Amino acid sequence: MAIHITGAGVVSSIGHNYEQCFNSLVNGSHGIKPLSRIDSRFAGSLPVGEVAVSNEMMTSQFGLQKVVTRTALLGIHAAAEAVQSAGITGTNWRKGFVSGTTVGGMDRSEFFFPSFLKDREAGDLRDVVHHGCGSVTNVIAEHIGFTDFVTTINTACSSSVNAIIYASKLIKHGIVDIALAGGTDALTRFTINGFKSLMILDEEPCRPFDARRAGLNLGEGAGYLLLVSDKVLEAEGLVSRGIITGFGNTNDAYHQTASSPDGRGSFAAMQEALQAASISPGDVNYINLHGTGTVNNDLSEGRAINRLFNDNVPAISSTKSFTGHTLGACGGIEAVFSLMALERQCVFGNLRFTEPIHETGLSPQREFSARPVNHVMSNSFGFGGNCSSIILSRNMKGQ
Amino acid sequence: MNSITSFCRIRNNRFTTEQLVIEHPAASKDEFSIGLYERLQLNYPKFYKMDQQCRLGYIASELVLKGVDVSAYADSFSLVLSNADGSLDTDLRFQQSISSVASPSLFVYTLPSMVAGEICIRHKIKGENAFFVTPSFNAELLIEYVDSLLAGPGDHACLAGWVNVLDAQHDILLYLVENRRVNGSRAHNMNELNKLYGQ
Amino acid sequence: MKIESLMADLKKQIVEALNLRHINPDDIGDDQALFVDGLGLDSIDALELIVLLQQKHNTKIANAQDGPKIFKSVRTMAEYIQANASR
Repeated sequence: MAIHITGAGVVSSIGHNYEQCFNSLVNGSHGIKPLSRIDSRFAGSLPVGEVAVSNEMMTSQFGLQKVVTRTALLGIHAAAEAVQSAGITGTNWRKGFVSGTTVGGMDRSEFFFPSFLKDREAGDLRDVVHHGCGSVTNVIAEHIGFTDFVTTINTACSSSVNAIIYASKLIKHGIVDIALAGGTDALTRFTINGFKSLMILDEEPCRPFDARRAGLNLGEGAGYLLLVSDKVLEAEGLVSRGIITGFGNTNDAYHQTASSPDGRGSFAAMQEALQAASISPGDVNYINLHGTGTVNNDLSEGRAINRLFNDNVPAISSTKSFTGHTLGACGGIEAVFSLMALERQCVFGNLRFTEPIHETGLSPQREFSARPVNHVMSNSFGFGGNCSSIILSRNMKGQ
Repeated sequence: MNSITSFCRIRNNRFTTEQLVIEHPAASKDEFSIGLYERLQLNYPKFYKMDQQCRLGYIASELVLKGVDVSAYADSFSLVLSNADGSLDTDLRFQQSISSVASPSLFVYTLPSMVAGEICIRHKIKGENAFFVTPSFNAELLIEYVDSLLAGPGDHACLAGWVNVLDAQHDILLYLVENRRVNGSRAHNMNELNKLYGQ
Repeated sequence: MKIESLMADLKKQIVEALNLRHINPDDIGDDQALFVDGLGLDSIDALELIVLLQQKHNTKIANAQDGPKIFKSVRTMAEYIQANASR
């Protein structure tokens, strides 16, 4: 049985919906600018990928009465587009929602604490009521109306691709008929300060897979795919926009935050995905890299790609050069970008690349290019050694 | 038929496995985790750097996996963990550190899946690994997911459970499931899992 | 401050900052390798040492890549502090 993608929704620093993001990718317009929306010691200087919509605007746009976290708002934004674009009319289907997030409601709770710590009577409790990751998921689920099965995954940067993998399994095992899966994360002082302390932020817009790369840029956003079974596809008369044909997940078992030098975990995840999809490395037309721009990840991922693909390395690029690293949301956002590559038959560029990493010799795609694409691989590797890879393929039958 | 072949429950300062029950009253979280580590005569210096949630998850994993040859399963040894509070205990400590200098070693632990990471690093677990955040211990979710991972040809095993530490409260259940019938072991089902969690 | 005294302070501070409870500060050799085989410190520990130098010794390290050289041993750390601490 196939897992069909029938809907997609995305919001990031390069666009507030599927078409806007696609146009930015085509035109090479990235969204990485000095931090502006958050009151932080790094405002005005640190390059980040912020979504140019305020919480107030999103709250009013969605007709929400109560105040919810930015993570939830971004999630609702993308989830609503995904559901709407699928156009499902049947009301008896079992609907599941699987969402990945690392930040949860931290964007609000971090404003509560300074006042609260000084004075236990101060601070607005409404700021912390939706702090938990699971709470954010529930807010989105209730707004969208996907409440038969709801769960949250937090595996750091691989959270939302793992959500897509889990949702695919739920459909395959007949636990739900339709699943909305992906993730959301908002920028917060908590993560900005944290990544600063790890000294892996680039002071300039990032250069993934470049010899002179100096770190990542943080970003925010949300991305979701609407997945259905064969039965739902047929009953609803839907168009299959693509199929999730393979996925792999492993643990690198090396270090809490660094990848193993030979990229053992990423190699295994990609290999597992290829095996599950029953395709060989040479069949992959495009890899949407994890490509954060850190010295460690890009070397490790590059080595794993060389080892797996040998002389058959396809077009590769990191769209984090456009959006920044959207943490828990990156798997979902990049799955939507991977779907674009399939639907629009193209590959996207890897901005600011000038020189290959010496040890790997890999040259990513520099610019947007139209070309036949049948299979796309998307990688997401998270802190804690969690390595995931999924493969999206054209539906050869109907399209 | 999948079997629960080993487990460890840590709750209310009591540590329980099939073979032993240890009561370890302690005045502080450090006293509890370090005291337990020393009492069990464990030897893994990286333990001291971990946050409380990872420490207790690690200790439980040492006992559950004692005598188990993880490498024999290659990539067929998976890990499925869950909790309700994410990494809130450490999030609070990190948040406080931001007011002076953000601590990188604390930031590393502001992810619940770091428990999974530490256990995988220690025991060289390289198979599929997941971390779910749910309002409370959810036996159904764990059973369905773990059973699906154990299906298929060959030997499979999965270390699964619940690891939740917040303030003085610790609530851990870690157990090993194998896809073979083992005489005398518990069946991997709702009834048995809820009994283990209820201890 | 004499380098011996600075090294003695550093040893205590390293043990505390890096949670090396199983190690007695006096057992750390002045020239003992801190990373890889020595004390077995890793990249996250290196970042905490950067914070330590900044907070307790007014010494900045702008580039994390310089870490391996500076943190080779307690003595190289002490020498770096003496050469670079801001007045």
